[in-house]
Amino acid sequence: MSKGKVWKYGDDVNTDVIYAGKYTYQQLKPEEMAARALEDLDPGFAKAVKPGDVIVAGKNFGCGSSREQAAACLRAAGVQAVVAKSFARIYFRNAINLGLPVLQCAEAVDQLNAGDEVEIDFAGGKILSGGRVFTFPPLPESVIGILEAGGLLEWTKKKHQFR
Amino acid sequence: MGLTFSEKVLSRKAGRPVRAGEVITVAPDYYLSHDNSSAIIGEFKKLGLKKVVAPGKIVIVLDHIVPAADEKYAQNHKVIREFVAEQGIPNFYDIHAGVCHQVFSEASFALPGRVIMGSDSHTTTYGAFGAFSAGIGRTEMASLWATDEIWLRVPETLRIELSGRLPHGVYSKDVILKIIGDNGADRANYEAVEFAGPAAADLSLASRMVLTNMAAEMGAKNGYFAPDDKTLDWLKARAKGDYEIVRSDPDANYEAVLKYDVSGLEPQIACPHTVDNVKPVTAVAGKPFHQALIGTCTNGRLEDLEVAARILKGKKIHPRVRTLVLPASREVYLDALKKGLIEIFLEAGCVILNPGCGPCLGAHEGILAPGEVVVGTSNRNFKGRMGGRDSEIYLASPATVAASALEGKITDPRTYL
Ligand code: SF4
Repeated sequence: MSKGKVWKYGDDVNTDVIYAGKYTYQQLKPEEMAARALEDLDPGFAKAVKPGDVIVAGKNFGCGSSREQAAACLRAAGVQAVVAKSFARIYFRNAINLGLPVLQCAEAVDQLNAGDEVEIDFAGGKILSGGRVFTFPPLPESVIGILEAGGLLEWTKKKHQFR
Repeated sequence: MGLTFSEKVLSRKAGRPVRAGEVITVAPDYYLSHDNSSAIIGEFKKLGLKKVVAPGKIVIVLDHIVPAADEKYAQNHKVIREFVAEQGIPNFYDIHAGVCHQVFSEASFALPGRVIMGSDSHTTTYGAFGAFSAGIGRTEMASLWATDEIWLRVPETLRIELSGRLPHGVYSKDVILKIIGDNGADRANYEAVEFAGPAAADLSLASRMVLTNMAAEMGAKNGYFAPDDKTLDWLKARAKGDYEIVRSDPDANYEAVLKYDVSGLEPQIACPHTVDNVKPVTAVAGKPFHQALIGTCTNGRLEDLEVAARILKGKKIHPRVRTLVLPASREVYLDALKKGLIEIFLEAGCVILNPGCGPCLGAHEGILAPGEVVVGTSNRNFKGRMGGRDSEIYLASPATVAASALEGKITDPRTYL
């Protein structure tokens, strides 16, 4: 478990403000994508974010387009997880398949504030912060495997080496 | 607290009780892909594997651009045929069969309680038969071919209760357009949509498929009708495998319940450029247009062609309108032929297209020129989907489209029925 700081945002954070449309057809390296993360929502984010930090947001996070970079850029920026009240369907799938944990936990969203220190226990389904514990349905082993492998394709390849 | 249909089916597959919000890993019963199989094959090859894990679960239907419209599409089809032969995939339907969702249903892969994944957003359709079916991406499909495993988030369920009797000239397409118009294109984001109530039970299976097909246009992961006598009748004639009927518990936990009395409903139409921009047909009646389309996976079944033929019989299409009729499958085409419907369409001046997706996705067979307007029975009207960037797409029932084709302008079908 790594510790990180909370970045807090509201409802309906869309894929355009996470990763601007004008970059979607440029082939950028992960660190270049990270430098553009949340550009139109929080211009200070990309410079200040540290590995292990956690994004906490309201409902419908990742609504809008199906662009995978909106998940990839946050992972490249070192974001440990996104905790939200709910996620747009395609964003949720893209995020896990690209190795970015997305957790639904309304209680944590209501109580956590920007700057709070948090730790996440993925297999145990717990978010810990300053003595408070918030629970979410634990992720199954195979999904943790996908996240740890760094994404679905890497996981599929790895799985086959063991067959 | 009881369980919803989706919670029950996925609990069975996961081998333990699961609730909405949980993420589980399952081995689906079938996975469907179409012309995009060539892209999936490309992804699959990147994994460096020789063989797919479960060839018997793969169902491939060529429907999107059939017969191939150019060399590029022909090459895609060739790659797919070679892969099918090399991998020994038994369930392959070449260009003669029809739209994947209709073919998949007719071939009885869509059975109650089955878990089906498809790399097409309208895979939601099979909920009409009581199956759990959802759309996925191409990379996910390649991984599924390689592992026979996929992770799924158990969806919350939105229940829509339909009561009353559909008035004359009003159909299931009007019902779903009204629901999407009232609630917005993302109302059911990541949710299951369960259609219930006496007016849902009154619908034929073909009409139920219109609702589950278009549940995708509310953002739904899957749609669902509880199997009843009508479902069992359909299955009696077709079901090849075994199946298990799964229903929501009476005290299941729903995200919300929406209630609609369909008795007062008027014919509806989705206006450019979003499916939730819905108005009563009377509000846009008189708008001239250039092309009519009757068919697709949404409304290309026999009952749809029958309604259209009833309106067109012995009459002539307006000279300014090109009318395309697109049976959803070869089976539908043959039935329509035997019933004399094809003759009625030809005499009225329609063009009959081969079963498949036809112009629905804007790749061939009836592309719109810039500025042209189409009134069709398909399910999407996104900007430029059927041709030129500034062309316009209106979506309505087969009756509305047929009546409009006669008049050359958008027309309330009730006067023709
Ligand atoms: S008919 Fe249209 S909506 Fe249906 S599968 Fe084909 S392209 Fe998709």
